[in-house]
Amino acid sequence: MFDDEKLKNLKSSKEEWQKKTIDKAIKRFPERKEKFSTTSEIEVERLYTPENIGDLDYEKDLGYPGEYPYTRGVQPTMYRGRLWTMRQYAGFATAEESNKRYKYLLEQGQTGLSVAFDLPTQIGYDSDHPLSAGEVGKVGVAIDSLKDMEILFDGIPLDKVSTSMTINAPASVLLAMYIAVAEKQGVSQDKLRGTIQNDILKEYIARGTYIFPPEPSMRLITDVFEYCSKNVPKWNTISISGYHIREAGATAVQEIAFTLADGIAYVEAAIEAGLDVDDFAPRLSFFFNAHNDLLEEVAKFRAARRLWAKIMKERFNAKNEKSMRLKFHTQTAGSTLTAQQPDNNIIRVTIQTLAAVLGGTQSLHTNSKDEALALPTEDAVRIALRTQQIVAHESGVTETIDPLAGSYYIESLTNEMEKRAMEYIKKIDELGGTPKAIEKGYIQKEIQNSAYKYQMEIESNDRIVVGVNKFYIEEDHKKDILRVDPEVEKLQNEKLSKLKSERDSEKVQNILKELKKAANEDKNLMPYILSAVKEYATLGEICDVLRSVFGEYEQSVIL
Amino acid sequence: MDMPIRVLVAKPGLDGHDRGAKVIARSLRDAGMEVIYTGLRQTPEQIVAAAIQEDVDVVAMSILSGAHNHLFPKVVSLLKEEGADDLLIIGGGVIPEDDIPKLKEAGVEEIFTPGTSTKDVVNYIKEHVKR
Amino acid sequence: MNLEEKLLHGDKRACARLITMVENNQQEAFEIIKNHYNKTGNSYVVGITGPPGSGKSTLTDRLTRELLNRGKKVGIIAIDPTSPFTGGAILGDRIRMNDLSLNKNVFIRSMGTRGSLGGLSKATQGAIKILDIYGVDYIFVETVGVGQSEIDIVKAADTVLMVMVPNLGDDIQAIKAGIMEIADIFAINKSDIDGADKTQVEIEMNLDLNEEMDYRPPVLKVSARKKEGISQLVDSILDHKEFLEKTGKLKDRRKRNTEIEILNLVEEGLMNIIFSKMKRKAIFDEIIESVMSRELDPYTAKDQIIKLIK
Repeated sequence: MFDDEKLKNLKSSKEEWQKKTIDKAIKRFPERKEKFSTTSEIEVERLYTPENIGDLDYEKDLGYPGEYPYTRGVQPTMYRGRLWTMRQYAGFATAEESNKRYKYLLEQGQTGLSVAFDLPTQIGYDSDHPLSAGEVGKVGVAIDSLKDMEILFDGIPLDKVSTSMTINAPASVLLAMYIAVAEKQGVSQDKLRGTIQNDILKEYIARGTYIFPPEPSMRLITDVFEYCSKNVPKWNTISISGYHIREAGATAVQEIAFTLADGIAYVEAAIEAGLDVDDFAPRLSFFFNAHNDLLEEVAKFRAARRLWAKIMKERFNAKNEKSMRLKFHTQTAGSTLTAQQPDNNIIRVTIQTLAAVLGGTQSLHTNSKDEALALPTEDAVRIALRTQQIVAHESGVTETIDPLAGSYYIESLTNEMEKRAMEYIKKIDELGGTPKAIEKGYIQKEIQNSAYKYQMEIESNDRIVVGVNKFYIEEDHKKDILRVDPEVEKLQNEKLSKLKSERDSEKVQNILKELKKAANEDKNLMPYILSAVKEYATLGEICDVLRSVFGEYEQSVIL
Repeated sequence: MDMPIRVLVAKPGLDGHDRGAKVIARSLRDAGMEVIYTGLRQTPEQIVAAAIQEDVDVVAMSILSGAHNHLFPKVVSLLKEEGADDLLIIGGGVIPEDDIPKLKEAGVEEIFTPGTSTKDVVNYIKEHVKR
Repeated sequence: MNLEEKLLHGDKRACARLITMVENNQQEAFEIIKNHYNKTGNSYVVGITGPPGSGKSTLTDRLTRELLNRGKKVGIIAIDPTSPFTGGAILGDRIRMNDLSLNKNVFIRSMGTRGSLGGLSKATQGAIKILDIYGVDYIFVETVGVGQSEIDIVKAADTVLMVMVPNLGDDIQAIKAGIMEIADIFAINKSDIDGADKTQVEIEMNLDLNEEMDYRPPVLKVSARKKEGISQLVDSILDHKEFLEKTGKLKDRRKRNTEIEILNLVEEGLMNIIFSKMKRKAIFDEIIESVMSRELDPYTAKDQIIKLIK
């Protein structure tokens, strides 16, 4: 971008500045640290100049918004056209209670729904399963059958909202329930907009809510890809998630590297299953974390976009431009929130919001300040939503596209992160791809080493967390927090036994038999699951059938 | 021969967030302890069986899902039923301050909340281990 | 009831506590073993070893289930390395066997390799005896075949099962050099992976080189994950057991192991006497210094130390 002559001059003038000004200044006022670095251990120089990005080719490396390689954004006008979707992840207790919270959030100006399910639902157990004891309704809403799903979306027109569902191992079952509810509302499935997370690989790596072994899990995922490309064309069939990988302790570079490596594995699986890359790739979406290291985060999002575009074009020969666009949802980093002085979390979330927006996110969830203590209260959720609205309407960062582009530091960091992420992807390729790398424990080990190192940095005060290892005060932690009534479990179980006595049991049994048969054969399971949920077969019953055919995943623990 | 402290690090319940449990496991090992790690999704019965067969000095549990009020006391009472009353039982995770007194009353001797340094956990165990 | 009575009544806690005491070298535990040694020898000990990541723990889990189905009681000792720097250890093999924890006919114990000087083998031998008195039919001793002391432990078993995986590449050479010779049975785990047949041929070829074998180790393909070949593997263990019993070789083996065990114990006892005579380390340090400065040679140093106990 700069001509050689000028760069040469620059080099000597910088050296002169170093000699004349810096050396003297440092003698009098030494710098705070010997070495400065980002959270990904990329060394940060004192000053960035055109020298750092001497060989940057604007058109090739950055290009224009809405065009390859999408470094500057996936939409042509970005937030000048439409702001990102403000989507607060919510759900707790029963479908009735969560339905109330959704309606409240929509009234407050939220533009999309994001459903949190409780752990039994995420692992395919009904509320009355012995392992569900104590967990029902705790981290999200309990869904046992279509009945609960009908209540959850009661009075919410599914042709108007877009809904994101954080569901993985049993994603096809919950998607089927959503389609069935829409049908009852008179909304045909081709009108539905939303996302299911459906990303099993990161469950093995970082999040832990798996059910089946990798092979059948990948089949369930590609079944969804195929079914939706024909029947639910506006649905994002997967949200390939770096969020949890980062929460588990990965660095920013590892976050994008392992997430894109997962993405590669899904694309390969779908192609293997006989799909054409351009049939499903436009419906792939991503989900990243936003941390406090503001500029590193912005560079991370830009690097991820450029790298994915290249992978799709060069590695998978995608032809459709839409296949090359990395669209992503962002959530602010739960792991950065502190139980100490929780009000400080509002400031952290603000910085993280800026990171996501300056990085060009398509939708955003902002965490509530009290999440290191318990589930968020309604007040805390509102402040979190207001944070997004203030950044959107008052900060001015939305008025032009990718405003940090051209910063010597940002561009240099973007290049460096892309390079380092690519090195990880190469390493994973050498190990035989993501599923193999997971089996060998490589990815988990890398993340754990980062997590351990991070914790040790805090304990040695090499890394300051305000209110935790510095600037602390005595405080009373007894705060107003949201509690899930233990009665919820009883209530849910009563609903479940009532349902079981009212439905046509024989029909349910027959339909489950057909599902089992299909699972043993090589059929797309979506239609069978859809018929089963419509007859009010429960989530647990459906998953049990699949467990009997597929078996269960056995975790490999790497420490 | 010295006798290392034996600790069972367990994840009761269904939540899959084991970053904290693993960081703790590693820190305890680095402090010279023998750590038996059970992995995810352990029932209270499994935890108790492991604690007994491994004859551990400490049972350290981590829960982030909010199921602690149900699961922690269950483990304590099952251990008591088995007559294992000389164990130090501690817990950690996202646990509201209000819940702590009840958990302590139930027999969980200390609760460590987010932001705790691993050194504090190590020191607590060294000071409070019962044999 | 005291610990001893509880152990005889099959109390898991007592069994667990006594194993701890053995590990910690507490005399009381050895007294109990002494009292009941004449009743031991009934548990059949199977050593399981193989490279890291070969799926030993999962395979141990499957073998145990198969034996449970056949009405047997099983004890498992899973050994993981102790960090030489901190003395700590992470013992994670149990994770593969969590579902077995609750079975009343199974007892699982994890052990760290801890110190040196035969401590591991003494502790393991002690734990085996405790489990024997406790009353299990089979004992699996599972360990990574890396360190010499771990190999010694496996050697002390009645049957040694070597777990391999396809495509080990150069690793197979390393293992061959160390412990191929001690295996009585080879199990190629993860046999659904390409390359299992090749690994099988490689092992068979290696076995062909050794013409002096009195028992040709079978090489079986299994999949612990898919639960394939498990019953056959248990059968092959039983076949080997039968062979040893019929030919009287079980007696030979146990005689060799007993000899080694006694020698190890005597060695430990002598070392303890020597160290206490040397008033812990003070004299020893002096002697080392003298040898270092060439005032003394190591052979004379030995004579001086031995003189202390005469």
